Amino acid sequence: MSKLVLKNVAKRYGAFEAVSDFSLELAKGEFVSLLGPSGCGKTTTLRMIAGFMPPSAGSIEMDGKQISSASGVVPPEHRRMSMIFQSYAIWPNMTVGENVGFGLQIRKLSRAEIDRRVDKILDVVQMRNLKGRYPAELSGGQQQRVALARAIVVEPEVLLLDEPLSNLDANLREEMRFEIRRLHDEFKITTVYVTHDQSEAMVTSDRIVVMNKGKIEQIDAPHVLYGRPRSRFVAGFIGRTNFVEGMGQGGEVRFDGFSAAASSLEGASGGGKLLYSLRPQAIGLSTQRGNGPDLSVEAEIVDRSYLGEYWDYQVRPLGGSKPLRVSTAPTAVFEVGSRVWLEIAPSAMVRVE
Amino acid sequence: MSIAAPAFDPVPVRPVRASRFDSSWLLWIAIIAVLLFLVVSPFVYLVITSFQAERTGDFTLSNYATAYGRARYVDALFNSLKLGAASAALAGLFAVPLAWAVARTNMPGRGLTRMLVLATFITPPYTGAVAWILLAGPNAGWLNRFYMMATGAEAGPFNIYSFTGLAVVIALYSFPYIFIFTTAALELVSSEMEDAANILGAGPWRTMRKVTLPLALPAILGGLIICFLEAIALFGSPAMIAIPARFNVVTTQLFQFFGNPVRVEVAAAYAMPLLGVTILLVLVQRLIVRRKGFVALTGKGGERRPILLGRWRWVMFGYAMFVAALAVFLPYIFLVQSAFAKAWGRGFLLDNITFANFRFILFEHATAAQSVINSFVYAGISATVAVFLTLGVAYIVARRLIPFGGVLGFLCVAPFVIPGVVLAIGFYAAYAPPPLALYGTALIMILAFTTRFLPVGYVNASAAINSLNPEMEEAVRVLGGSRMTALRRVVAPLLKRNLLGAWLLIFIPATRELSAAIFLYGPNTKVASVMIFDMSEEGNFERLAALALVLQVLTLPLLYLGQRALGRDFMLRRNAT
Repeated sequence: MSKLVLKNVAKRYGAFEAVSDFSLELAKGEFVSLLGPSGCGKTTTLRMIAGFMPPSAGSIEMDGKQISSASGVVPPEHRRMSMIFQSYAIWPNMTVGENVGFGLQIRKLSRAEIDRRVDKILDVVQMRNLKGRYPAELSGGQQQRVALARAIVVEPEVLLLDEPLSNLDANLREEMRFEIRRLHDEFKITTVYVTHDQSEAMVTSDRIVVMNKGKIEQIDAPHVLYGRPRSRFVAGFIGRTNFVEGMGQGGEVRFDGFSAAASSLEGASGGGKLLYSLRPQAIGLSTQRGNGPDLSVEAEIVDRSYLGEYWDYQVRPLGGSKPLRVSTAPTAVFEVGSRVWLEIAPSAMVRVE
Repeated sequence: MSIAAPAFDPVPVRPVRASRFDSSWLLWIAIIAVLLFLVVSPFVYLVITSFQAERTGDFTLSNYATAYGRARYVDALFNSLKLGAASAALAGLFAVPLAWAVARTNMPGRGLTRMLVLATFITPPYTGAVAWILLAGPNAGWLNRFYMMATGAEAGPFNIYSFTGLAVVIALYSFPYIFIFTTAALELVSSEMEDAANILGAGPWRTMRKVTLPLALPAILGGLIICFLEAIALFGSPAMIAIPARFNVVTTQLFQFFGNPVRVEVAAAYAMPLLGVTILLVLVQRLIVRRKGFVALTGKGGERRPILLGRWRWVMFGYAMFVAALAVFLPYIFLVQSAFAKAWGRGFLLDNITFANFRFILFEHATAAQSVINSFVYAGISATVAVFLTLGVAYIVARRLIPFGGVLGFLCVAPFVIPGVVLAIGFYAAYAPPPLALYGTALIMILAFTTRFLPVGYVNASAAINSLNPEMEEAVRVLGGSRMTALRRVVAPLLKRNLLGAWLLIFIPATRELSAAIFLYGPNTKVASVMIFDMSEEGNFERLAALALVLQVLTLPLLYLGQRALGRDFMLRRNAT
């Protein structure tokens, strides 16, 4: 049985629809991210799951029981969920130990039991030695760990995270991504994670829900989302890509500067105007014409940038007008102005709407 | 999994219930009932009473005919307007240079100046008026005596019992309002804006004239308006100075309508222009302060460096000390002298020193000591009620717990436009007659004080609540705590200091309140301010000075407490007004 089910959930503010027709099912123990640009409705969705706001339409169920609908909601304190907030919301008037023990105290556990569990979870997040400190004495990363410990120690039915890493600096953010996934693997708590950062979502999640303007664009596992984006928005939002527009006619699709057999391309049988996404990593560069089944297109290096981990080239097919972005290994060096051959596997070209 | 299976009883998931109508409505009704009682009903009764015939209660316009039927009644109205304008202008002359020097320059003694402005601010205007009677009374006043000693003249030039005298005294004790507004604005003008003028060729004075002052202008105008309103609403100083000087202002005239027999209907009718002018000017003030185009006053200030004044810094310092001498040094020197003197006119002689005045007011006078206790008890209860009431309203409004919460917030700040004297007449009209018959009780004093200081409480409470991230409370709720748990365990502990601050900002002025108290006290509910006023009518300046000093000294520990909890300038922030 699904743990958490959202059925056609919508949230309206007057004429403005912040979330529309949102449906999602989470399996027990699953980690799902809501990913999208700011204002896409992801936080609104999370707050409806938490019970802080009622949906305007649709319903939310947990373990088969309805907990939210337009006619009423179970208040957040009776949902047995927990949440990590963007601001961490660590209570500055309580020590680390008191913060973490708060939820257990509400659940009326004995003093000794609370102490035992608090110590245990603080060990897990490596904060045991700071149990008696006040939050003002902690760094951002440490506060984040307290927030994690406080949310996990109550063994919630569902864990909600609202952009928890957005206030951390880049290095710490990367470290905490793995920390969050590690804690999830350890405790197997059903988790909904809201973020606008695609790499955060990709590292942590089993599945990602990409949202735009209040609507779901695509729900898939990270690698599927990257490899098989279904819409122009998803292709552009998840990673970098080239959008190439083609015209299908008589079994052939003509692109800007090259063409391919319609039969080798996804969804090209109908002909007409077609849009494809082609990842920069999916294009090969070499000094010689390839002789495999892939397309080989003669081109010129227009511009290049070196980013340490890879080269970012702008390469214009001869006879084409717009250059394509191509990423190569740092060892593959081509001078600006030189002639090269592009190698494009038609199967790497993903049809998008 | 390193943590054992849940050992706690699972909290049952309640069935879905309609949460549109719940107990929060009851709370809303309770609060609105209290606010109706405190704010709306006195106001409504004020208006109704002004149209009622004495005894019969029939509709009539005769109260208005009486109130404006005599030339001297109408003169009193114009006197008030003139007094307001003169006081505000003088207060501006005192406050603006000081504010600029303290906020933006390297004048020496900036901290000292702030301290002295604070000392001015906590001096009740009537205490200042008494001190100035000692200083500038015709003939006997100390300044006149020094002048006569120095020049051998027959008479001194100063006469406090005059329009000018009154305007100066009022200005001296209301200029802190302009000071507070102006420093707050100047502290938001970034040095970069001034640098931009400098680099285009403007010198420091030109920069001040063309850039800095225009940016602070709305704040200065706002402060001037507050001073004007303060001056026309003031009762104590005019009663002590204008009446002997044989002219009346609105408040003293109202007091006479309240004399024997009480003509509350006429008083209500006569209070209308005061109320109207106040409402109008408060609206104008809001418009000015919020006017767009003064982005500097809302955004971040950026870096601020003091302007180097060179030799002029000592000139500025001299001016600051001159103002301080008029408002603090001279008045307190002669108040202390008087309080410890057998007869204040005999001066600083050893055989003139006595503790008898203090002994008298504290132990021998029938009601003086009791009046001080009354002041503190009423102020304490009022401050407590006002703080918790406004905190509740501010919380409800900030968290949007109920629809139309804004109405409650509006009612909390509405008394700001009702002068104390007018409020007292409204309370008298509403609650003096049966069935409540509260006239002369402690309750009516406490209620009136509470209402008077609701706006201060509300402004502070909502600032405090808005400084709290709502996620702090949401974190409690999501972990299973109710809203009450969140209030008790998180909100209340975090707001302790702010609440103490708001409490003090109400308590301290409430211990000195005179304008409303003078209309509402009874034989057993006299407060210290009324006592001081009575003694001034008896001309008993030694004992009066002693009582005034006792009141001031009792305030010092509170001030210290406030500064410890909230920082040195807690009373000089904009929230204080």
